[in-house]
Amino acid sequence: MTDAPTVKRLAWISQLNAVRDHQDRAAFGDLFSYFAPRVKSFLMKSGSSPELAEECAQDVMATVWNKAHLFDGSKASVSTWIFTIARNRRIDMVRKLHRPEPEDLPWGPQDAPSAVDTLALQQETEILGQALAALPKKQRQLIERAYFGELTHAEIASETGLPLGTIKSRIRLALDRLRHAMN
Amino acid sequence: MIKHIKHHLTTPLLMGYAAGTLPEAFNLVVATHISLCDDCRAAQAEFDAIGGETMLDAGSVAMSDDALTATLAKIAQGDAEAVRPQRNGPYPAPLAVYMTDTSKWRKIGGGVSQMLLHTGDRASVRLLKIPAGTAVPDHGHRGTELTLVLQGAFTDAHDRFAVGDIEVANEDMHHMPIAEMGDDCICLSATDAPLAFHGLLPRIAGRIMGI
Repeated sequence: MTDAPTVKRLAWISQLNAVRDHQDRAAFGDLFSYFAPRVKSFLMKSGSSPELAEECAQDVMATVWNKAHLFDGSKASVSTWIFTIARNRRIDMVRKLHRPEPEDLPWGPQDAPSAVDTLALQQETEILGQALAALPKKQRQLIERAYFGELTHAEIASETGLPLGTIKSRIRLALDRLRHAMN
Repeated sequence: MIKHIKHHLTTPLLMGYAAGTLPEAFNLVVATHISLCDDCRAAQAEFDAIGGETMLDAGSVAMSDDALTATLAKIAQGDAEAVRPQRNGPYPAPLAVYMTDTSKWRKIGGGVSQMLLHTGDRASVRLLKIPAGTAVPDHGHRGTELTLVLQGAFTDAHDRFAVGDIEVANEDMHHMPIAEMGDDCICLSATDAPLAFHGLLPRIAGRIMGI
């Protein structure tokens, strides 16, 4: 049985695919009503004014529509993918910095992502999210401050209490499985 | 992708890259290393996932009433498709973009050459070419220095660094890297020493490390 939170993540993927395949405005509206207010909140906590955060959140959601064909549910959850778009938008608009992307990985023939790999990755991301939520408040706040842009690299380096080892290892395992299956 | 990379990105670099808070010079070194290293590519995906879940947990702020309509109008305007840059010999794609027609190797003393790629407010990044068998003068660091090997290899008192390996050196570290025999050693090197360093000691700094 697939648990309810993972079902929700799979539903986001279905909505994104409906946007990609049919320019489905209702599906996009569902994604918009869930993610746009969260992107806006994230940007405001990262220091944007409400006006700029609103503008950027609209841009992020427009990119979600325009780049829906690039999403791959076996490699990322929709929440991860939208975060990376929001982060890049914040860099462009607020920080005026350039952030080069790595080379594309030659994953082998680009078949449609398999349902098994997609389910595994979505479940692992859900588990990661729950592990983050269950962290002691102080540790969770440290991670939030890093992602909201309040900590420099040197400040992150000086923090010894980052509790990352246990919460993230499963996503790596899911990706390793996928990579070995592809190579 | 290179097998047997021994020296990887650190957690602060991966998290800073995922958060989008590193200086551009460091972003370039991180992106170039990930282009060569599957382990760190997987680690980067993890840190992006942490960012995604952190964003979901960061509450929500209501959008304006006409936000969806305004967004659909933006979509109608279309979106330029990004051109993916290409690798160039030993230089992975993200790095190749920084090497323009005007980029030149310049001698900085001791047989070492550098090609300055980017100087920002917080950090700068350059290529260094160290002839095989040559030692770079003993130097300490102000701030953090990242050194990623692209060709050849170097050793110092701490370890050996070959293609794909990254050395993360801090203020408290002194070292004297020596390029191994064989190919000249080419490294991508970023430092976040303050720019004032250039103004105060341009000659000495320039002679020693070209920063």
